[in-house]
Amino acid sequence: MKARGALTFWLRTLQAGALAVAICFTLGASDAGSRYNDLNHRLMCTCGCAQLLGECNHVGCPESPRELKELKAGIAAGASDKEILAAFSAKYGATVLAAPTTQGFDLVAWIAPFAVFAAALLGTILLIRRWSVGKTQAAAQTNDPATEALREKIRRETGSDGGF
Amino acid sequence: MAAFGSFALIIALALAAYNLLAGAIALRLIATKQQTAVSPERLADTARRAGIAGFVAVTAAAFALVWSVFTNDFSITYILEHSNRALPGAYKFSALWSGQEGSLLLWAWLLGAYSFVLRLTHKRDVKLYAYAGVIMAAIQVFFLSVLNFAAPPFALMKGAIPEDGNGLNPLLQYPEMVIHPPMLYLGYVGFSVPFAFALGALMMRYPGEKWIKITRVWTMVTWLFLTCGIFLGMHWAYAVLGWGGYWGWDPVENASFMPWLTGTAFLHSVMMQEKKGMMKSWNVWLIFTTFLLTMLGTLLTRAGLVSSVHAFAQSSIGTWFVVFMGIVLAVCIFSYILQRSHLKSDHRVESLVSRESSFLFNNLVLLAACFVILWGTLFPIISEYVVGNKVTVGAPWYNQVAIPIGLFLLFLTGVGPLLPWRSTSLRSVRRNFILPTIALWATAIVCLIAGVRPWKDGAFDSGNFYALVAFSLSVAVFTAILSEFLRGAGVIARQTGRNYFTSMVLLVRRNTRRYGGYFIHIGVVIVVIGLAGSAFNRNVESEMALHDKMNIGPYTLEQVGASDDSNPNYNSQYALLDVSKNGKKLFQMTPEKRVYLASEQPQTMVAIHSVPGWDLYVVYEGTNPDSGQPIIKAFLNPLVGWIWAGVVLIFFGTVIALVPSQRPALQKGGQQ
Repeated sequence: MKARGALTFWLRTLQAGALAVAICFTLGASDAGSRYNDLNHRLMCTCGCAQLLGECNHVGCPESPRELKELKAGIAAGASDKEILAAFSAKYGATVLAAPTTQGFDLVAWIAPFAVFAAALLGTILLIRRWSVGKTQAAAQTNDPATEALREKIRRETGSDGGF
Repeated sequence: MAAFGSFALIIALALAAYNLLAGAIALRLIATKQQTAVSPERLADTARRAGIAGFVAVTAAAFALVWSVFTNDFSITYILEHSNRALPGAYKFSALWSGQEGSLLLWAWLLGAYSFVLRLTHKRDVKLYAYAGVIMAAIQVFFLSVLNFAAPPFALMKGAIPEDGNGLNPLLQYPEMVIHPPMLYLGYVGFSVPFAFALGALMMRYPGEKWIKITRVWTMVTWLFLTCGIFLGMHWAYAVLGWGGYWGWDPVENASFMPWLTGTAFLHSVMMQEKKGMMKSWNVWLIFTTFLLTMLGTLLTRAGLVSSVHAFAQSSIGTWFVVFMGIVLAVCIFSYILQRSHLKSDHRVESLVSRESSFLFNNLVLLAACFVILWGTLFPIISEYVVGNKVTVGAPWYNQVAIPIGLFLLFLTGVGPLLPWRSTSLRSVRRNFILPTIALWATAIVCLIAGVRPWKDGAFDSGNFYALVAFSLSVAVFTAILSEFLRGAGVIARQTGRNYFTSMVLLVRRNTRRYGGYFIHIGVVIVVIGLAGSAFNRNVESEMALHDKMNIGPYTLEQVGASDDSNPNYNSQYALLDVSKNGKKLFQMTPEKRVYLASEQPQTMVAIHSVPGWDLYVVYEGTNPDSGQPIIKAFLNPLVGWIWAGVVLIFFGTVIALVPSQRPALQKGGQQ
């Protein structure tokens, strides 16, 4: 009973934590300033400097001022983040986006790392469990007949089948 | 000198080829116990001596190139393209690795140097060293073949010889660039040694784990070089590129990070093999992978497979590397299949909550991180190949994918040492974890109160969220490690009656590997705190006329002068900025912009004022063409200094771990 109570407590704590994180993730939209800052860090400068648009530090860069101007205009026109990124992608090509999108083959870029990590984690847990169960069974099999007989007698007398 | 260098390279190739063939034949004869006119042992010894002579030949070639740089021998194309008369001496020396041919020569020379030391110490285990020596010779044959046939460093200029050279890339004209590449190469090349021992031990079915003990020092020193190389590169990027950051997830940065991750995994998992005879196959494959990743790193850096701001030298030697990597992989797979019965583990993990399983998970996470980085680096190529659409995989992707995995790794760094070997009880877990858990939550609460909140302007802020988790976990891990130190020191203090500090020193001296490792972990924690500080970076940019002011954080910057300067190597423009706090002048900063005459390329010289809490980082971006006034960008980067301090501690911890442990003195009565 005590163990079940503790389990319930930890489950509820976990649920509360997950809820708090979910609330954090779903809070309302930000203002135009932080949107501008966020979006210019999701786009690349196209001058070939391989820097994020918001971090391009070339004075006289032929591309970044124009791109930043277009970004500001897009935000001022009330376009959504998705629409702005799509417009940039259509104009400059997919390489203007600093990260792959979540559509089509690009989605594989996002899924593969977590899928591989989860599969490896699960595989490792299952492997260790298999080893530890194998070890227990091996230990049980090596018990002498007298111990086994005593164990059977205890099982009979207590009416237990070995569970809790 | 060009003829001398070329000749030295041909001789070196011939000697390496003899080392490989004679050594391989001798080992085969020994393995099959065949009788021949020349004894196999003598043949193997001639192979070893050829290896030593080969090192002398490669050294002569490297000397010839350095000599040619210092004597401005522009008849050699490499010198013409990477040096000029006005280049300062230290940078002339660094011209050796500023281009592809030179850096391949540096690689061959370092490999020769490692092999030289290995061959001089062969009496430790003659047969194993002979196997490792032959494998090292095979790697050397590859590099010397590339140097002789694909990328010759002594190729001569066609036509009239120019009066002056094109100069060194301005990005490389920075003090750290004199030591960063050699450090990185020492790390890359160094992994050839444990690779050669692992493959050799597998081929000869080496009994026991002695090869791990032999290669431990090599692996740790190599790992340290790679670590220092990576962090020096970060510091160079921070101080030279002028964008306020130190890590941009560039393919070349990633290329150095991947073997570091697998090398770190190897350093952890070999402990399992040493102590428990476990994970033998895993360890062999980890070191195979690490070696292949060092090759991939060189391929990415030198072959232009992916675009990078760091790829200073590119050419078509990619095919050579791809073929070599294919051969290495085939040899590794073949040897493993043939000898895999030799790699059966003596024990298995018994519990999910144990030191062994924490090592397994640590390895898993390190490899997952390596996969993520490899995936991100190669995805643009994969996408182009599969759907014909090239994409960018930049910092936003890595920040979302790699940071959670990194934080999980930090968590394991704290958890692992607290778990006992084999299995543990719930009571013991509770006892060991109570303090770190309290520290974790206390830090989280303090951070939330101090304003490190996972939301900003009503929206979720992933940067702040990760920073909050990183700070909390860092303090928890530090508490866990500190409690380990205190627990051990307490036992010694009770036994010997000494004070806590002396007991702690004695504790470290008695088990340098374990406690050196803890120092490294503390160093990692400090680095993570420094990295988490980047979530709070601020910057401001402004055109500044004389006496114009700019405010950032607690500082006020005032322009008190702007001027030009020139010397035979470059012209520069700079601004003098008085920095004050609360109206009191503190110091002056001089951000600069240079234009190198030989290459006509610009370069930023950032002015940095570092205090424990933050860096004030000021960039002279150039002048406004209309007004002629300097444009200044100032950054306030919190906790950056912690990153460099953490690296110093990692260095210190590795040195401690390399020192042999002191055996406890015999107590009265003859008991230890």
